[in-house]
Amino acid sequence: MTSLNFIHPPDFKNITKNKKIEQAPLPKRAILHLSQHAGAPSEPAVNAGDSVKTGSLIAHAKGFISANLHSSISGRVIAIEESPHPIIGISKAIIVESDGQDTKASLDSIPAKDVSALSKEEIAALIREAGIVGMGGAAFPLSVKLNPPPAKKINTLIINGAECEPFLTCDHRLMLEKPKEIILGAQLMAKVLGVKDIIIGIEENKLDAIENIKSALFRIKDENCRINMVNLKTRYPQGGEKQLIETLLDKEVPSGGLPLDIGVVVNNVQTVFAVYEAVYLRKPLYERVITVSGSFPSIAKNILTRIGTPIKDILDYCGLSPKAGVYKIIMGGPMMGVAQFNLNAPVIKGTSGILALDKKFKVKEEELGCIRCSRCIEACPLGLMPCAIGLSVKKERFDIAGSYDPLDCIECGSCSFVCPSKIPLVQLIKLAKLKIKRR
Amino acid sequence: MNKLTVSPSPHIKSGQTTKKIMWTVVISLIPSGIAGVYIYGISSLNVIILSILSCIFTEALFLKFRNRDPKTVLDGSAILTGLLLAYNLPPQIPFWIPIAGGVVSVILGKQIFGGLGQNIFNPALVGRAFLQISWPVYMTTWKNPRWWPDAISSATPLAKETAAHFTYMDLFLGNRAGSIGEVCVIALVIGALFLLAKKIISLHIPLSFIGTLGIITWIFGKEGFFKGDFIFNILAGGIILGAFFMATDYVTSPLTKKGKIIFGIGCGILTAVIRLRGSYPEGVCYSILFMNAAVPVIDRFTKTKKYGVVKKAI
Repeated sequence: MTSLNFIHPPDFKNITKNKKIEQAPLPKRAILHLSQHAGAPSEPAVNAGDSVKTGSLIAHAKGFISANLHSSISGRVIAIEESPHPIIGISKAIIVESDGQDTKASLDSIPAKDVSALSKEEIAALIREAGIVGMGGAAFPLSVKLNPPPAKKINTLIINGAECEPFLTCDHRLMLEKPKEIILGAQLMAKVLGVKDIIIGIEENKLDAIENIKSALFRIKDENCRINMVNLKTRYPQGGEKQLIETLLDKEVPSGGLPLDIGVVVNNVQTVFAVYEAVYLRKPLYERVITVSGSFPSIAKNILTRIGTPIKDILDYCGLSPKAGVYKIIMGGPMMGVAQFNLNAPVIKGTSGILALDKKFKVKEEELGCIRCSRCIEACPLGLMPCAIGLSVKKERFDIAGSYDPLDCIECGSCSFVCPSKIPLVQLIKLAKLKIKRR
Repeated sequence: MNKLTVSPSPHIKSGQTTKKIMWTVVISLIPSGIAGVYIYGISSLNVIILSILSCIFTEALFLKFRNRDPKTVLDGSAILTGLLLAYNLPPQIPFWIPIAGGVVSVILGKQIFGGLGQNIFNPALVGRAFLQISWPVYMTTWKNPRWWPDAISSATPLAKETAAHFTYMDLFLGNRAGSIGEVCVIALVIGALFLLAKKIISLHIPLSFIGTLGIITWIFGKEGFFKGDFIFNILAGGIILGAFFMATDYVTSPLTKKGKIIFGIGCGILTAVIRLRGSYPEGVCYSILFMNAAVPVIDRFTKTKKYGVVKKAI
């Protein structure tokens, strides 16, 4: 077994960890990107001028790895056009203007009946219908994860409550406030996968959430599967899929493979919660909990917001003053999040937070040459040699870079974090990946 | 909001910087310098100052010559090179020797390869090796501690004819002739503990280096088979300075833990061979330089074990 490397960045979670999830106001205009998820963009099912309800299907999954998209507000489709996207810059989106009513539509393809009477196939259909994707960040369509090739036998379902990214507390709050719903959602997933073992992993900096999940587990008994609650050490990137599997099961996902290759499926707690909502409440995925935090404590909140709400609206609601001296706006956490340049970009299904950082987060030191201190090697959770890849890329020797396996990199940012010479190692490794894939 | 900055993730960085690392090593070397000045008098301080100034000026000039920002002379690496070079010189050496050594260290040892991080050999040891070859007499004329009756000594304890005169305590405290920064073992150990506590260095290189030297000199020492005086061999000479402060130089040592252990063992073997069978009494400098040359090969064969590599089924 490889002994895994971790780092311990400052966690900044005290800013928001005691703030209850509050409902953010409806956006006047929702920007619903057809590319919310990993895989093919969805295919619009509406035209400009159509009126839609909250939860109406507005775009179909196109192809196997894709997901449905639902309107997050009620109103009228005003355009389907290229719009700012928080991750890929610009992309096609369905723009819905609100009528202020928030009239709900619900999933109705499966006849309403007692949830326990639903078959595995019916649950899977509801999940697919609801357009659920992995809400930890990668936004991989859930229906694909729950439908592994028949040759792969899945034995374990892991619920990821590690939330190892600094600042973010949205998963923490959800586990604290909705433990029962998360467990019910996990049981539904286990039923679809035919799995008997569920493990919930939560980092020890969230003891209150661990306590709530444990007491909810005590109340909800299910003879079909065993649910284990495991405390995880607080360290980064504990919530990385591979790191979580290694910590909980002492198993390695083969290089280039997926967790299902070793019989494991990992899902984030918000994804599990979305499954609960889709099946019990027949509610498609059109809103999620995000953390708004950063250098300005006055704006810090955990909010339930509609998908498609522009970042600007959220910051306005949270009370960010235009004079506050913002240096960077980040979507996601500080380790893997994306710096934003256009605040009209909206929240998407994979958005876990919005951070407003001030100048204190500016790196003052200039980049120096690599001094071969090997801190990045001791930090890399995949056992790679980031400096060796980075230096080869700087010399444009992608052949040498390739021999150090950059494709295994999960882009967690640990190497760049620890580098004393402030070399942007992750960026160099991403470049190596790109060049190698193109060859 | 007027202007937003866009940069690649991660958006937070650790507080550790290359500059801080260099200065921490400089600080860790101060006790040994104070001991050197105390033991041999003010001439040691002159050597240290001249060596550091020579390195800084040469580095600044060369950076300008290479059209680089001369401000990076303050990254601490030139001062560290100067300090380490001085620690490897006899205390009452003519003033122009540390100056020449500094110039050679910075130019031939470092800048000619491309500056910080690019050099193959430890710059201070390149300077020392150059001086040793060019002016061997000056480089081997030692001064006795201030309180000894005769000021000029001809040999360090490692020279075979003088070894018997020293107790372990003399060697531990630095009550002997030798290079400025190598003699006071206790001061060096204090500095090394500071570096270990600050996690600047790890024990992989020093332990394997010193351990290997100890074992070989115990087995093959001149006192007899398996009777060698390994404690003497560890305390005398420059191995404590070399193992903790010079062999651990990031730039010129291997990247992985496994590589570091191989590097340390190699240094230990070479030092022992030079000391026991060579014509020089001391071998730390050359053994480290030899192993520096081997680093690219060591690195190639000691890559880390990657996560998720499935063992082939038999």
